[in-house]
Amino acid sequence: MDTTLRITSARDGKAFVAQIEKISGQKLLACYQCGKCSAGCPMAAHMDVLPNQMIRMAQLGMHKQLLATRAIWMCVSCLTCNSRCPKDIKIAEVFEALRRTALRAGQRDDHLKIMELTPEARSVLPPIATISAMRKLTS
Amino acid sequence: MGNENKPMKLAYYPGCTLKNQATNFDVSTVSSMAKLDVEVEELDRWNCCGTVHALDSDNVMNRVAPITNMIRVKEAQARTEGMASEFMTSCAMCYNTLKRANIDVKARSDALETINNFLSLEKTKYEGDVEVLHLLEYLRDRVGFDNLAKKVTKPLKGLRVACYYGCLLLRPKEVAFDDVENPTIMENLIRALGATPVEFSHKAECCGAHLTVGKPEVIADRTDKIMGSAHEERADLVVVSCPLCAFNLDFRQDDAKRLNPDFHNMPVLYFTQLMALAFGCDKSALRFDLQHIDPLPVLKVHGLD
Repeated sequence: MDTTLRITSARDGKAFVAQIEKISGQKLLACYQCGKCSAGCPMAAHMDVLPNQMIRMAQLGMHKQLLATRAIWMCVSCLTCNSRCPKDIKIAEVFEALRRTALRAGQRDDHLKIMELTPEARSVLPPIATISAMRKLTS
Repeated sequence: MGNENKPMKLAYYPGCTLKNQATNFDVSTVSSMAKLDVEVEELDRWNCCGTVHALDSDNVMNRVAPITNMIRVKEAQARTEGMASEFMTSCAMCYNTLKRANIDVKARSDALETINNFLSLEKTKYEGDVEVLHLLEYLRDRVGFDNLAKKVTKPLKGLRVACYYGCLLLRPKEVAFDDVENPTIMENLIRALGATPVEFSHKAECCGAHLTVGKPEVIADRTDKIMGSAHEERADLVVVSCPLCAFNLDFRQDDAKRLNPDFHNMPVLYFTQLMALAFGCDKSALRFDLQHIDPLPVLKVHGLD
């Protein structure tokens, strides 16, 4: 009986890890899971997966699970995590890379439908709110 | 500071919201600078700053809008005597986006070349030779808070002011002009105006920013916590330098009240409005009519209405 045993470092999701590292400009493996990013995150209460957990999932190349999180759309790039990370990882940039990956994909996974707001809701919004939301949440 | 005969000239970038909902920020900036003998000249043909700095490292396209403004500054400088190769904005968000784009293209000549090629119809090339200033750092470093205090005709005595920094004046550290975790620049300004700054726990905690468009319920929670922490320290009002913070903290107070019946309404003003008030500027420079929560009752308590 012929048996082939292949020993390799190749993993599913390796290409995804490389893409996130490239777009974000960050080295994901530098994270040692201290949790400081999640401790100070003002949006953590509204996230399904915490920032440090997101980094761990990104290290493991969990492509589909990451892009399906509510967390990537709740991060508002306040950069509190970045300024406090003891390993100088820019966590907000990783979140941006994940959002961009979702938005750059063919299906235009927009997370804001501005025309679905009521005219009253739209009329009070200053341009600074509308434009920044569209920049962050739409393709 | 300029001498009495010849005021200093400073290029000024207002930004979109200061020409719309935040006219109060625009007129109070220009009027209070005039009292400080600084002549601000609004940039000709300025365009959107880009609003947010794109954090994806391969994004050059989103730097085009901010860099076009640098070209406008160079044009203004070329035709105006006594104008330096720098410009000031009072909006924290414009400041952050313009400053970060500037830092980025100064460090990446390939990105700058791509942008200049894209803007080939412009007569002026951008060469990384413009500096972006926020009004607060201009006041501290060029005018000086001691000099500024001399222009106060109506000291804001007894007024307890909570200075809210939000995110964009402080982060990332490359653009911060004060301590990232414990800034004091606005408190020092407030003190120069005769008011009493109060410390509160949420002065550098994010307001929720653009989520106000699609998820106002999240902003209600942020506003409840931020304004609540200022109320706990018995602040009379909160001052800000960002029109998005102002919108969230002021106009979303109704939502905060629905979320938490114990929420206490409190006025939110731009720091420039307090300057204009202390310098004795005309009511038209304050535009308190544009606030959601009326500041006049609390100002009246201190005899400042």
